[in-house]
Amino acid sequence: MPDEPTEETAGEEEIAEPELLTDEQAALLAVFEAELGGGVIEHADAFGTLVVRIRPDSWRRSAEIAKTKLHCDYLSFVSGIDWQPMVAPRSNDDGGNDTSAPVQPTEMTFGTAGSAGRFQVFAHVQSTSRHHGVTLKTDVDADMPTAESWTSVYPGADWHERECAEMFGIGFSGHPNLRKLYLPAEFEGHPLRKDFALLAREVKPWPGLVDVEAMPGDDSPAEDGSG
Amino acid sequence: MSSTDNPPMPEIQLEPGALRHLAEAQVNVELDTGDMILNLGPQHPATHGTLRLVVRLDGERVVSADPVIGYMHRGYEKLAEYRTYPQITTLVNRIDWLSSFANEVPFVDAAERLMCVEAPPRAQYIRTVLTELSRISTFYLFLGEMALQVGALTPAFYGFRDREYVLNLIEGATGGRFHPNFNRIGGLKDDLPWGWISETREVMKKMLDGCDEFEDLVAGNEIFQARTRSIGIVPGELGAAYGMSGSNLRASGVDWDLRRDGRPYLVYPELDFKVWTHPDGDSYARYWVRLQETRESCRMVLQLLDQMPSGPITAKVPRIIKVPAGEVWTEVENPLGQMGYYVVSKGATGPFRVKIRSASFSNVSIMPWLLRGVYVPDVITILASLYFILGDIDR
Amino acid sequence: MTHLLALDVGWGTTLAIKTIIILALVPAGALILGYTFLLKMMSHMQSRLGPMDPGGFHGWFQLIGDGIKFIQKEDVMPDGADKRVFAMAPVVILMSTFLIFVVIPAGPRIVVKNLDVGVFYALAVSSLSVIGVLMAGWASSNKFALLGALRAAAQLIAYELPLLLAVVGVVIQAGTMSLQGIVVAQQNGSIFGWSGIGNPYFFTQIIGFALFMVAAQAELTQTPFDMPVAESELVAGYMVEYTGFRFLFFYIGEVGTAFAFAALAATLFLGGWAIPGVHGAVADLLGPIVLFVKLMFVAFLFFWVRFTYPRLREDQLQALAWKVLIPLGLANILITGIFKVAF
Repeated sequence: MPDEPTEETAGEEEIAEPELLTDEQAALLAVFEAELGGGVIEHADAFGTLVVRIRPDSWRRSAEIAKTKLHCDYLSFVSGIDWQPMVAPRSNDDGGNDTSAPVQPTEMTFGTAGSAGRFQVFAHVQSTSRHHGVTLKTDVDADMPTAESWTSVYPGADWHERECAEMFGIGFSGHPNLRKLYLPAEFEGHPLRKDFALLAREVKPWPGLVDVEAMPGDDSPAEDGSG
Repeated sequence: MSSTDNPPMPEIQLEPGALRHLAEAQVNVELDTGDMILNLGPQHPATHGTLRLVVRLDGERVVSADPVIGYMHRGYEKLAEYRTYPQITTLVNRIDWLSSFANEVPFVDAAERLMCVEAPPRAQYIRTVLTELSRISTFYLFLGEMALQVGALTPAFYGFRDREYVLNLIEGATGGRFHPNFNRIGGLKDDLPWGWISETREVMKKMLDGCDEFEDLVAGNEIFQARTRSIGIVPGELGAAYGMSGSNLRASGVDWDLRRDGRPYLVYPELDFKVWTHPDGDSYARYWVRLQETRESCRMVLQLLDQMPSGPITAKVPRIIKVPAGEVWTEVENPLGQMGYYVVSKGATGPFRVKIRSASFSNVSIMPWLLRGVYVPDVITILASLYFILGDIDR
Repeated sequence: MTHLLALDVGWGTTLAIKTIIILALVPAGALILGYTFLLKMMSHMQSRLGPMDPGGFHGWFQLIGDGIKFIQKEDVMPDGADKRVFAMAPVVILMSTFLIFVVIPAGPRIVVKNLDVGVFYALAVSSLSVIGVLMAGWASSNKFALLGALRAAAQLIAYELPLLLAVVGVVIQAGTMSLQGIVVAQQNGSIFGWSGIGNPYFFTQIIGFALFMVAAQAELTQTPFDMPVAESELVAGYMVEYTGFRFLFFYIGEVGTAFAFAALAATLFLGGWAIPGVHGAVADLLGPIVLFVKLMFVAFLFFWVRFTYPRLREDQLQALAWKVLIPLGLANILITGIFKVAF
């Protein structure tokens, strides 16, 4: 489905004609809509997976519904996304110049089912008995990034939310123990935010880019010569 | 002067018998031994990698266990944002390094879905064969490794020895023993070499024999059973809520295999195979299920080789791969469990965001719950039976 | 007894010679067992290629290479270690091994000291090693080492009993506690009147033999009873902080003790050096060879089990000792006693 409408403008415009959903997806969506009412902001089909965007205040409730009403007993993951365009590491003229990184669009665009702002938390839950799954998304305020924690519904959300918290700086209200998971406790910054530059690439271009590296002591002028 | 002197002792009037009470209190305090905190890892033979487990012990009983991960965090989700799609297959190879090929498949699948490209049937078959071979090699290591952690040295060597045959096959087909990087978007790098199929048939027979050997030597051993039965019981629902997947979940009686139940991928819908489950959910069940699955995989490979179609191995794809904007979630049944990628594309040559859902991460997140109250040797048994790869936890 | 192979020498010289032989015996025994079973048999059983390679023919150089490697390694002592105790621990363990050999006879006259309470003495000194293990575990200032040492202490004490009970049957049957006496009793015995192979107590004391083998395996801390060193749990238990030469001491102690226990089992149950009808100087010459062959068979059993089984858990080990082995041992004594009185 290459004609999938994926680019959304920043607003929360309702799509007049929702994408075609399979019967199963429609049934799943109907449960969410019936239980949450206005809690469902938007929905879309992403290559066979139903994506439902939930209002932030219904985030934990949506997990409960998924678990109890939809038999989604299995938590696949909880993660975050930063929709801001990447800070390109090519501003630096001497040495930097990592032209290997793919060029992404420079304006902020949102993916399937839209977003209210820069940060979103998304999760995927599945049913081991009915064999269906649904991706849930919720918006997170960019200034005060917090979402409701799912740990009371899915204990497995614990580590996922800890990871998301350290990587995106998104807090989870109701999480028992939101320490850092991977990173050392004194680490500053949130690596998966788009404005967190990959320093290794700033300092030195990706070595795979150069076929033949100049030997040490080789006087032939390098491309970034000091002159 | 007074600052260097000890403060004067306060005068205490003791009642008769008070001293004896104090002495008894002292004895009671000494009998109440404090907990010992034991650091299992980051370098410990049982964690096969750099997992650290902070275990609080009362004697040899675990009071609480807190896994500390991240010693091998390589930030693939961030790196993937700086790479083009074909380059990322090299990265994802290193997530679960024992079954690298199986890691590539869902990622390439994600890119293909977004591009609306489909690999030709022969490529799909070869992918399936290689995925199953990775599964066999991973499980073979487990079958030996688990015995090693329980204390038997010999099966580990049998596991390593026999796995070598499979790795030779993978190397023969892809050129890489551990990190094949063989998948291309829209197909494969190369076709199979001449004679590979007949050799694979031979090896699969050997592998099936090896499974019998493991069944006799390890699974049937009384001491092994005494060490693993009813150790580390995971209830099915709890396992699922923790995101435990794959053989671990099936050993808890949850009949769920993405090869059969997930969105159809590769050629699994055309295959005839059994999904093994075990009701017990203990360490022995996990061993047993993996043993059966190894057998099943061998049979599946034989089946695939019989059905292998001829034809091209790559679809038509542009030279510079630009993936249309969109989001896709792909999941597959990897040897360790559910492996998934949530790929967000904005129409560039590389993804905007890749969420890597790796199996071991969720599989071991149940450990604090699971390890409470067991003995130190059982910690090792449980760790071994959950079968995690550090690269798959830390990504 | 100042005669050593018909040579009339002073007691001082005899003592020196005996001491040298004993001192040489432990490393030699360790070397022989290490080479035969730890390297060759293990390599064959486990399809290992490495130990079959160095030096060309059948990897003969492997053990020498290992030795060289150990010797040239740095001698590391942890900062928090109790230095003197740390250094003494391997010596204490090795010492207990040395002392066992004192009473094991290899011929009618080839014995360092034929003690009247030989069996008692051998079992007593063999359990000295637990002191060394505790010293090592405590002095290492390492939690793994401490856990390992405590496990070892619990285990060695628990298995001391079945070991003793297993031997009591032999003692009752032989009517003596002297090892030499036990051998002679087996040599002169007969099975239902047939004295072709004497009467090795292996047949009458089969339960005792099985008990002895199991308990000895536990005393040697070999799989399936190797919790004190449990590589996959405690890394190497009480040995974890030892390197180089000191580690080699432990290793020699471990394998050397296996050698000693194999000799003990061969003496107690398989007739020791005895060949029925052969006495005197010929027996002195052939005795060591006979004993060695029997000992190797017993050692083979030790190592066969070691490379086959997984490890028990500590509580299972204790349960096995107290609930199975000790009652069996007592029953064995009872039955032996009844037979002894009846016949």
